[in-house]
Amino acid sequence: MTHRLPIELTLNGRPQRVDVEVHHTLLEVLRDQLGLTGSKECCLVGECGACTVIVDGRSVNSCLMLAVEADGHEVRTVESLARAGDLNELQRAFLDKGATQCGFCIPGQLMSAEALLEHNPDPTVEEIHEALAGNLCRCAGYEQITEAVLAAAEALRR
Amino acid sequence: MHPFTYQRPSTLDEAVRLLDEHGPAARIIAGGTDLMLGLRDYSTQPDVVVDLKRVPELEPAIRQLDGRLSISSGTVMADIEVHPVVLQHFHPLAEAAAVVGSVQIRNRATLAGNICNASPAADTAPPLLVYDATVVAHGPNGPRRIPIDEFFVRSRQTTLRRGELVTAIELPHPPRATAGAYLRITRRRGTDLASVTLCCTVDEAGITRIAFGSVGPRPLAFTDSSGVLADPEGSETTRRAILEPMLSAAAPSARSVRASPEYRLAMLRVLAERAVGRAIERLIGGSGT
Repeated sequence: MTHRLPIELTLNGRPQRVDVEVHHTLLEVLRDQLGLTGSKECCLVGECGACTVIVDGRSVNSCLMLAVEADGHEVRTVESLARAGDLNELQRAFLDKGATQCGFCIPGQLMSAEALLEHNPDPTVEEIHEALAGNLCRCAGYEQITEAVLAAAEALRR
Repeated sequence: MHPFTYQRPSTLDEAVRLLDEHGPAARIIAGGTDLMLGLRDYSTQPDVVVDLKRVPELEPAIRQLDGRLSISSGTVMADIEVHPVVLQHFHPLAEAAAVVGSVQIRNRATLAGNICNASPAADTAPPLLVYDATVVAHGPNGPRRIPIDEFFVRSRQTTLRRGELVTAIELPHPPRATAGAYLRITRRRGTDLASVTLCCTVDEAGITRIAFGSVGPRPLAFTDSSGVLADPEGSETTRRAILEPMLSAAAPSARSVRASPEYRLAMLRVLAERAVGRAIERLIGGSGT
């Protein structure tokens, strides 16, 4: 009967070892055990995207993943985006375009957009809409979010 | 969330032994996008969750075998929707995989999980039915091949036996040039379950296959070998005469929150005619294979 397991993952570029309850989600462990509260807890059914993180280069809902499933994998959260206190291009574009309103959905929006731009440096508006379709914004700042992703993509290609 | 013990077998035999030992008290986790919802709302309360992601035979892989395409049970929707062979030879399956949930869901959700949960609304079920897919299972008595039409029973119920798990889903390459389309109705785009799903293929011999779901306890498949449906010059009236006996098998539940039975039945007919038309266009246009 194993209820608790040690896991090892690469978290935001650094090796991380942590003992987890096997029925705890990756989101719970990130927020409650590792203090990374950028990923938000919201719908808990994979519909809102506020908990989006990048696992092995792909955006996933951390509320739908057990922490034990992250064992041996590479996980990146919104806390990985800024370097030495400087916002990255994507974060800066969100600010410049007014895409950040109440801010609650933004960590998830950023991680979905980050995953998109890593795979597709020159996305169309339609591709941005599809990539971010799993991220809801109750402020309905979708236009500005799309503009921000387009602007960040352009800045990154320069 | 419901607490459980967690097992991570590293061989197929060990996975089968665990599933056989615990029977209905064990639940498989692959992508987890369905299971986690059940664990969280206590609608499923397993003693053991068996994670299949360390079983080498089940690792994500899409392979060409002799005359068929094999999709391992660890393969996620995101890999299926962009796979060149799926896009070229089984286009409607790529279309179905591409509309499941959101990118985040498709990065985790597996094709095998989609059919094993056996939701009547499973997007990939209609294409797998029209292409006569085979579910390859492995259990205490070794491997077993199950025609997809004999796999679904009703929501959350398949013909898998105690101790069995799906190792792969195989699609035979159609013997003739074939083209098809997958269509569905949802309340909104992205992260919604379908109110009606429908897939249609036509081939150069005039054989039409139609499968639909979300309008009854399980997805259903039909064949028209008369050539009437596949006839590009066919009239609406003659097509309807063939379609109606197929579509009348639909029996949508009145309890669903997503759409009324009347709406589903009306939209089923719209989707059927639209999909037949699109399949014919694609066959003529040469975008099928």
